[in-house]
Amino acid sequence: MTPNPYLWLVPILPLAGAAINGFFGRRSSKNAITAIALGFCGLAFFLAVVIAVRFSPASAPYYFNLAHWIRSGSFQVDFSFYLDQLSLVMLLVVTGVGFLIHIYSVGYMWDDDGYYRFMAYLNLFMFFMLTLVLAKNYLVMFIGWEGVGLASYLLIGFWFIKDSAAAAGKKAFIVNRIGDFGFLIALFLMIKHFGTLDFTHVFAAVQTLPTETAGAGLLTAIGLLLMVGAAGKSAQIPLYVWLPDAMEGPTPVSALIHAATMVTAGVYMVARSSAIFDRAPMAMMVVAIVGTLTALFAATIGIAQTDIKKVLAYSTVSQLGYMFMACGVGAFSAGIFHLMTHAFFKGLLFLAAGSVIHGIGGEQDMRKMGGLRVYMPVTFLTMSIATFTIAGFPPLAAFFSKDEILWKAYSSPNGSWVYWLIGVITAFITSFYMFRLWFLTFFGDYRGAIAHDSHDPSRAGAPATHGHGHSHGDPHESPWVMLGPLVILAILSVVGGWIGIGGRFEHFLAPVFQSGAAAELAHETAGEAAGKGTETLLMLISVTAAVLGLLLAWTLYLRRPQLPARIAASLGTLYEAVSHKYYIDELYAVLFVKPLIDGSTTILWHGVDQGVIDAAVNDSADAARHVSDNVRHMQSGNLRSYAGWVAAGGAVVIAYMVWMGVR
Amino acid sequence: MVPLSYYLVLSGILFVCGVLGFLIKRNIITIFMSIELMLNGVNLSFVAFAAQWHALSGQVFVFFVMVVAAAEAAVGLAIIIAVYRTRETLNVDQVNLLKL
Repeated sequence: MTPNPYLWLVPILPLAGAAINGFFGRRSSKNAITAIALGFCGLAFFLAVVIAVRFSPASAPYYFNLAHWIRSGSFQVDFSFYLDQLSLVMLLVVTGVGFLIHIYSVGYMWDDDGYYRFMAYLNLFMFFMLTLVLAKNYLVMFIGWEGVGLASYLLIGFWFIKDSAAAAGKKAFIVNRIGDFGFLIALFLMIKHFGTLDFTHVFAAVQTLPTETAGAGLLTAIGLLLMVGAAGKSAQIPLYVWLPDAMEGPTPVSALIHAATMVTAGVYMVARSSAIFDRAPMAMMVVAIVGTLTALFAATIGIAQTDIKKVLAYSTVSQLGYMFMACGVGAFSAGIFHLMTHAFFKGLLFLAAGSVIHGIGGEQDMRKMGGLRVYMPVTFLTMSIATFTIAGFPPLAAFFSKDEILWKAYSSPNGSWVYWLIGVITAFITSFYMFRLWFLTFFGDYRGAIAHDSHDPSRAGAPATHGHGHSHGDPHESPWVMLGPLVILAILSVVGGWIGIGGRFEHFLAPVFQSGAAAELAHETAGEAAGKGTETLLMLISVTAAVLGLLLAWTLYLRRPQLPARIAASLGTLYEAVSHKYYIDELYAVLFVKPLIDGSTTILWHGVDQGVIDAAVNDSADAARHVSDNVRHMQSGNLRSYAGWVAAGGAVVIAYMVWMGVR
Repeated sequence: MVPLSYYLVLSGILFVCGVLGFLIKRNIITIFMSIELMLNGVNLSFVAFAAQWHALSGQVFVFFVMVVAAAEAAVGLAIIIAVYRTRETLNVDQVNLLKL
């Protein structure tokens, strides 16, 4: 390992930006806030690029020890950062996409009263996310892990005046806590059995253990617990419920945290722990199954959503499912590859959706959009690229990454045709709901109310709750500060997949996934000749699925727009269930939330708190008061009664002395 | 020579008179005088014992009691005057504000 003196600067820079804006932002001008937020974030990105340029696989991994932290006997944890191929990819994605979204936020949030707060939170998020991906041990990773959860909570509840936003923030935080619980237990197991949390030492210790093929052992337990943590952070079944609600936050937040970076932390963590998963096939299988089911499940919910951001949220959950499917079958590099392309195209989708919402005055219901391609051509163009990308059309980015996942799901020794089939069905559904969104938003006639009084002076002065100052009349294109990031991300969505051609990306990441990737590569070269034909066939099938999705959406939403309602009516209960997200929220409310609240109210609050603790304190105070209440009547203020008491007391003393005999 | 018991009986009678006056009377000056009566009853027994046993300490003790009684009288009479000025009565049953 080679020390790298600049590594620690990358996370610290955004922290400095967050601190400056957080403490002094209230009193400084918006230009200064913008300069600081963008400056520090941009500097971090620049530094990341410099580090990437100077990165040489031969001397990797790099590390930097910032400070000692915990030194307890043989157990040591340091604040140390670590850079290998995997964290380099994450570093570039996080700083790059993060910087673009910072720029976009300037346009999107300019007129919000909490502009400084927003920028400070975004910078804070960058700090924690970079800590997470650069950590050299699980504990520093856990700091980042919890920190991004905090930033996510703050940003979901950014408009905390709104009840729904505050509730969504709490929901995200609490559901994540459940996952973190699993993560923590996994860390405790590592400390107990390996005595260290450092990646290199843990993985070295794991290498000495046998693969747990027969039964579940320590590594399976650690793997499953890590997966619980990953499921919480990356919104997998059964902990995905917080992500759709998280769309209450401002759209740049949805793009940055709930699509491009934070939610992929779980995938990163599983990929980082590949050494553990490699030796625990059962945990791998669980990861693959959870991922596959989540991909399908979330995609079906996405069909019936009407809120443009909710569709994208379920799409994110579904795409994360793909990544876990890849990790589960041992194709970690394919998962990370999709993570990267997903950061581009899903970030783009959210930003474009934000541009749409911004352009029509805060409306998010797709039924009230339509025909917007005339009003906002740049947004339309970039959104189209993103839509075709996520649907998997060649030669756009997601075609390569998704195809790689599907091929690995089919061909990997841990894979199965079942994963592949569900993956292809999901791809078809994905294509369908994305083109549904596309057609509903940009084609047909504008269905929203066009305000004809847009020049009315009384409205012009009204406080804009969102977006920029002038009143929202006709749909209009967003300013270039927002369109710029869209265009850059669109370009990345097109070309981002090309680095994966010929397995270059996989070879680049191979040193990180030592044993697993090595086995995989060996397998691939062996089956190369036989597999080539199959791979092409599978590729054709998935592209066909995407085209079918496009055609179906075109038929239903453009050619015969009255058809979807009739289909929905004929499906009856099934459609109801899908449009209500399979009543999962309601189910959780009945199964977990209500018993918890009822139990806390009756047993903990009324029973223990009021019945035992409060009762003990209050009753002893009451008893003291009752006793003194009775005794105080002696203090009558009547002098002669006092005299009586004194005389009586003296008599008693004398009687006692006489009785006992004075000596 | 008068026997000791005579002095002690007289001393006891004086003391009991004082106690009864202390308990029964309502006029604060009378109560005050009853206290003096009790003190002097005790003083009498002190000097009686002192004379009987030829011990000087009993007489010294009487001087102590007298000094304290004089001080007490000075303070007590001042209080009584103050009470009379504010309450315009010397009946202790009507001076009963100091209570819960």
